[in-house]
Amino acid sequence: MRALAQGRTVPVMAVVAVIVLIWYAGTFFLNAPFERDQAARAGREIAFGELLERTMAQERPVLPAPHQVFVELWDTTVNKAVTSRRSLVYHAWVTLSATLLGFAIGTALGILLAIGIVHNRAMDKSVMPWVIASQTVPILAVAPMIIVVLNAIGLSGLLPKALISTYLSFFPVVVGMVKGLRSPEAIHLDLMRTYNASRSQTLWKLRWPAATPFLFTSMKVAVAISLVGAIVGELPTGAVAGLGARLLTGSYYGQTIQIWSALFMAAALAACLVMVVGLAQTMVMRRMGERP
Amino acid sequence: MNTTLVLGAALFWLVAWAANEWLVRLRPSGPLTARAQSIAVPLLFGVTLLVIWEGFTRGFAVPSVLLPPPSAIWARLVSSVPTLWADFRQTFLKAVLAGYFLGCGLGFVVAILIDRSPFLQRGLLPLGNFVSALPIIGIAPIMVMWFGFDWQSKAAVVVVMTFFPMLVNTSAGLAAAGHMERDLMRTYASGYWQTLLKLRLPAAAPFIFNALKINSTLALIGAIVAEFFGTPIVGMGFRISTEVGRMNIDMVWAEIAVAALAGSLFYGVVALTERAVTFWHPSVRGG
Repeated sequence: MRALAQGRTVPVMAVVAVIVLIWYAGTFFLNAPFERDQAARAGREIAFGELLERTMAQERPVLPAPHQVFVELWDTTVNKAVTSRRSLVYHAWVTLSATLLGFAIGTALGILLAIGIVHNRAMDKSVMPWVIASQTVPILAVAPMIIVVLNAIGLSGLLPKALISTYLSFFPVVVGMVKGLRSPEAIHLDLMRTYNASRSQTLWKLRWPAATPFLFTSMKVAVAISLVGAIVGELPTGAVAGLGARLLTGSYYGQTIQIWSALFMAAALAACLVMVVGLAQTMVMRRMGERP
Repeated sequence: MNTTLVLGAALFWLVAWAANEWLVRLRPSGPLTARAQSIAVPLLFGVTLLVIWEGFTRGFAVPSVLLPPPSAIWARLVSSVPTLWADFRQTFLKAVLAGYFLGCGLGFVVAILIDRSPFLQRGLLPLGNFVSALPIIGIAPIMVMWFGFDWQSKAAVVVVMTFFPMLVNTSAGLAAAGHMERDLMRTYASGYWQTLLKLRLPAAAPFIFNALKINSTLALIGAIVAEFFGTPIVGMGFRISTEVGRMNIDMVWAEIAVAALAGSLFYGVVALTERAVTFWHPSVRGG
């Protein structure tokens, strides 16, 4: 028992349980006014038991109860065909494909920029400050415009959303890789010099392996942020598919349960993506001979 | 197509590139010239970007609905200062600042509160790390539903977005003080609060400022995106989405410029405060 409490599982479970309890309490208190109002209009008293029951099962609650959200999640993932427009899996896939495309482009771009920055002093001095400044532009806020503009020149569908993800995800990769590619110690770089290694040999045989742990750490950040980019990219243009579109239609029609289930789907997706990158990291690092 | 403009822009780019290559090779004679060099190089690069943008949009006659040249954006910016100021006040001065201080303050206080309970720490920190990776921006429609259309709902989104990075970073920072220093505090017979105030909080400052810096950009994004879900007829997010609809792209870019400027200044103020507060840290002393 003591060993269990020392680990992480029990504390996390306890905190999650408390959160669920608070959530149920919140559901009751936030939804109760509506039910009391309804009862008052019908000119009757409402008993506590009935009130409790009704607040947990409203059609458009202010705050849906956890079980409502999970019923909706189950309903829209398992009980619907994956190709159906009403299936959350379908919407998640739309978002996921944009996320992955953007993430791939962003990572590649970030690595290229980092290699350039490490090898060229002028690039280091001139590009790096602007890479940092580029992130103070609230690109998420600009996303709608970029999508509208790209639509106007005939680019539509996956790519515009992916470009938002790219813009967000290249930044952590650049910063992490510049740090990683510079992480070999001077003594190792000197050794490469004594071998008369060329710059590209130094890059592939020394800098790149040294930067791998940094790459994976930044990729974890990048993949999470690129999902955010894809979701926000779906908000403005009245996108018809994707988790962002589910959020937007949910908010237009007051379908709170739909909003919450889309949110949980997005959360699950983010968790899975980060986990996949983490798994890849463990496998690659083990192949590279890292001792746990 | 106007070839002269395009060629001119390309030529400017080449010259600027050569100038930068030459600049970085100079051995600065003193700290002052080194400073000037490190400012001049990125500045020249930025100017080059603007020149290429201007030259290409004008040279290729790109319709201003797609991408207006910087000069048009500047003209628009200057001519609509009152609108921009009103939007800035609504989004930045009300929603962002209120949410930022509340969210960061709450994260900090909660981190201090759970500091004495290892159980809560082990329970909350993994969750905090997890939540930091989630697309929190998605709660925007819910917050708009709960707190109404005005700035309070945007501030609420910002609070939730900034809370978790602050919580996680402050907790990590409080664990950062070395054992030697803590033992020293014990030999002085200092109590929990004395150790906290005199040793552990100062040691945590770099972590706390890291969170403050991350949050400064998050806060602006959160407030602007939340405005897409409903807002009174003022605000930066509102202006961007409506002007896109009316195809006034130069106004959108002007709004973006204001947002970028506000974001950079915000970040800069936090970074300067960090330099002043954590003057003892190697990363500040060294550079």
